[in-house]
Amino acid sequence: MVEGILFVLMAMTALAGAVTVVVARNPVYSAMGLLGTLFSVAVLYVAQLAHFVAAVQVIVYAGAVLTLFLFVIMFIGVDTSDDRDERLPKQRFWVGIMAGVIVLLAGGITLGGNFNWVPAAIETNPEATNGTIQAIAEPLFTDWVLAFEATALLLTISAAGAIALAHFKGQRS
Amino acid sequence: MIVAAGYYMALAAALFVIGALGMLLRRNVLVMFMCIELMLNAVNLTLISAGRALNDLNGQVAVFFILVVAAAEVVVGLAIIVAIFRRRSTASIDELSDLRG
Repeated sequence: MVEGILFVLMAMTALAGAVTVVVARNPVYSAMGLLGTLFSVAVLYVAQLAHFVAAVQVIVYAGAVLTLFLFVIMFIGVDTSDDRDERLPKQRFWVGIMAGVIVLLAGGITLGGNFNWVPAAIETNPEATNGTIQAIAEPLFTDWVLAFEATALLLTISAAGAIALAHFKGQRS
Repeated sequence: MIVAAGYYMALAAALFVIGALGMLLRRNVLVMFMCIELMLNAVNLTLISAGRALNDLNGQVAVFFILVVAAAEVVVGLAIIVAIFRRRSTASIDELSDLRG
């Protein structure tokens, strides 16, 4: 019962935030909507016992990534909110068609699946997927240790790349 | 009472569709980037709920890796946006069509 109420509340705030991201004219409002969605999804993670991932979501996404977004928005200037002038011919028409196809497809799959995509035959065992730090670390440092090392390399490369891009002087145009 | 995984999947599908529509509709590079984050989060939600329904912890490990890759992607992407903005003084995707074939 508790999870049902939590799900309804957090689903509403997540969807409201997501709509805000798309609709808001000011990019700062878009960032705030994204913040609401990220927090709501983090609460849904906790409801599904993914404690560690929820904490990482709040720290990395809501903390670091969104701060970076806001920093760049302020750097570029808030007043460059787009005026939605379409320069490409017929773009809006094709976007409308693609949007209709996507919505129909997602709605059809969702309703056609009868909310039963994942086979519920297996007894749900809360202990098996209790995402504590110990429980996450065990597969992370045994089965997935190579991928873990690769992500370390990836983060190093991306940090170096960001610094290289920041130093990019560019031709005087 | 446990909410069935399908409802989480439906919410994730809705979030993904909203992100995809934002990707198609908006012209501002930063907002398009945020829509990518929205879609990544939708996929993360499906992985978590599928992992719980199937009693498999590897779903959460996959989400962990996706978070790391998304963080790296944001760092490089925003650096590119700033570098472009320094040269062109615009954040609109329609102005940045130099690479089209």
